[in-house]
Amino acid sequence: MFELSEEGKQFVKKELERYEDRYSAIIPSLYRVQKENGGWVSDECVAYLSQLMDLPEADIYEVFKFYTMFNQKPVGQLHVQVCTNISCSMNGGRELADHICKAYNVKSGEVSSDGKVTVSRVECLGSCDTAPMMQVNDRYLENLTPESALEQLKSLESEL
Amino acid sequence: MITETKLLSEHYDNPEFKGIEGYKKLGGYKVLGDALKMDKQKIIDEVKASGLRGRGGAGFPTGVKWGFLPKNDETRYLLCNADEGEPGTFKDRKMMERAPHQLIEGMIISAFAINSPKSYIYIRGEYDSCIEACEKAIEEAYKAGYLGKNILGSGFDHDMDVYRGAGAYICGEETGMISSLEGKKGQPKLKPPFPAVQGYLGKPTIVNNVETLAAVKYIIRDGADAYRKHGTEKSAGTKLFSVSGNVQDPKTVEVPLGMPLMDLIELCGGLKPGRKLKAVIPGGSSAPVLNVEDCAKAKMDYESLAELGSMLGSGAVIIIDDSNCMVDILATIMHFYHHESCGQCTPCREGTGWLNKIVHSIAKGDGRLQDIDLITKVAEHMMGRTICALSDAAALPATSFVSKFRDEFEFFVREGRSKVKGGLNA
Repeated sequence: MFELSEEGKQFVKKELERYEDRYSAIIPSLYRVQKENGGWVSDECVAYLSQLMDLPEADIYEVFKFYTMFNQKPVGQLHVQVCTNISCSMNGGRELADHICKAYNVKSGEVSSDGKVTVSRVECLGSCDTAPMMQVNDRYLENLTPESALEQLKSLESEL
Repeated sequence: MITETKLLSEHYDNPEFKGIEGYKKLGGYKVLGDALKMDKQKIIDEVKASGLRGRGGAGFPTGVKWGFLPKNDETRYLLCNADEGEPGTFKDRKMMERAPHQLIEGMIISAFAINSPKSYIYIRGEYDSCIEACEKAIEEAYKAGYLGKNILGSGFDHDMDVYRGAGAYICGEETGMISSLEGKKGQPKLKPPFPAVQGYLGKPTIVNNVETLAAVKYIIRDGADAYRKHGTEKSAGTKLFSVSGNVQDPKTVEVPLGMPLMDLIELCGGLKPGRKLKAVIPGGSSAPVLNVEDCAKAKMDYESLAELGSMLGSGAVIIIDDSNCMVDILATIMHFYHHESCGQCTPCREGTGWLNKIVHSIAKGDGRLQDIDLITKVAEHMMGRTICALSDAAALPATSFVSKFRDEFEFFVREGRSKVKGGLNA
């Protein structure tokens, strides 16, 4: 059974009081659950949050399903999101994504066999002046070449 | 030599400007002190007189928007739109990272003018650095007495908070953003009622873009007349442009509205050696594309681009050289809108799906000649029939790519490969 840490429960409680309306606490609480559940949100997490927040499960579920930053299935410890929108594609973003997939032997959206890496192609991340770029967890890696991207990923892997 | 006119971005390169001490040293929060002594209506009138128009994409006059608020004591909210998601746009990220206090000062002045006790900065979830910078700056502003109760002894109270989005382009649409802040799916709401009358939690709400709110500070500092000295008669002031794609030095630049597009390209280092200009998307992925003939005539202001059948949008300028295949770029754009349609309105949900399928089938070499006209036909049925502008935003680039670069689409259908060397299947 999924349960938030004591600190996590306190966080949700505070968020419920932070805004004019309790519903505004759903998005921040889903972020917290995702963080404590290893990077994704399961149906069980949603049911848990519904009880904890005393809000209908359906209302939390529809928010969870609507936004792309809530992962609906497990992701690797390093969630590599390569921008393949216009400016990044024009500067090699798709080749970059393919190169990283090949290096980790994964298809786009899959988790590597050691559970360390997921590579996804994503839409514009607002960093077009540093194309091609990608986001790894919360961090932006910019002005990449296939080689420099792999190098930086290796160093992030060693920090895990 | 072509140069920038730096008003909002004057201190971007000074790392001190980010913290409250450095910001104050460079004149920060002085304008707030003056504004709090002004008559509220005078501030609104000044913003109206400045000709400032929404810098997020729609270009609606800011002062006029504020004027739509009901004239009563009902609680009203100010919502800063920092959900920068229009492909090609990165100017707001730069501002929040480098000058968060400038945004906050502009917001407090604006909130005072419209008499709002509470504001939110709604920042897209991916912008971790901006969320961190804004949260820290708000904390500093509270400590310094610029936020909270009785700001600088004026009797005006104001609270400010950051709200983190969670990945949805549609939340950049103001009513979608309001739905999201209310803890729901970010689906837009039917207008009217407009947010200024019925917005966040049913209360009057003003939604303004990051750059718009920051500009308010400079309009109050220098006066409407001084602001109007920049730009053109109808497109007043300076604008931050996010220039990317095939230029040598992609970056954010601040120039007066009305600058020729070719000068803007030169300001960003021009094209790469040996390359020729093919097209420009002048205002983010929603803006109809310009071909070379258009580019030569284009000036970067609301009216000039509208005359060319395009728009200024968010000021995201994507420069496309002759190494690119236009079928391929349209396929990327159509995938984006299909992915981001919120699914509420049938013409958009179905239309973006079909456009994506048709353009991708051409880009795979499976297209039929009649598919080219089908793109235009589907797009026509998507325009002006939905709750928000996303459907039009998908239809406009589709029709413009097909009409301006028809030869590339026809070539792809006939030959099963791109007309451009090195392009798809070529």
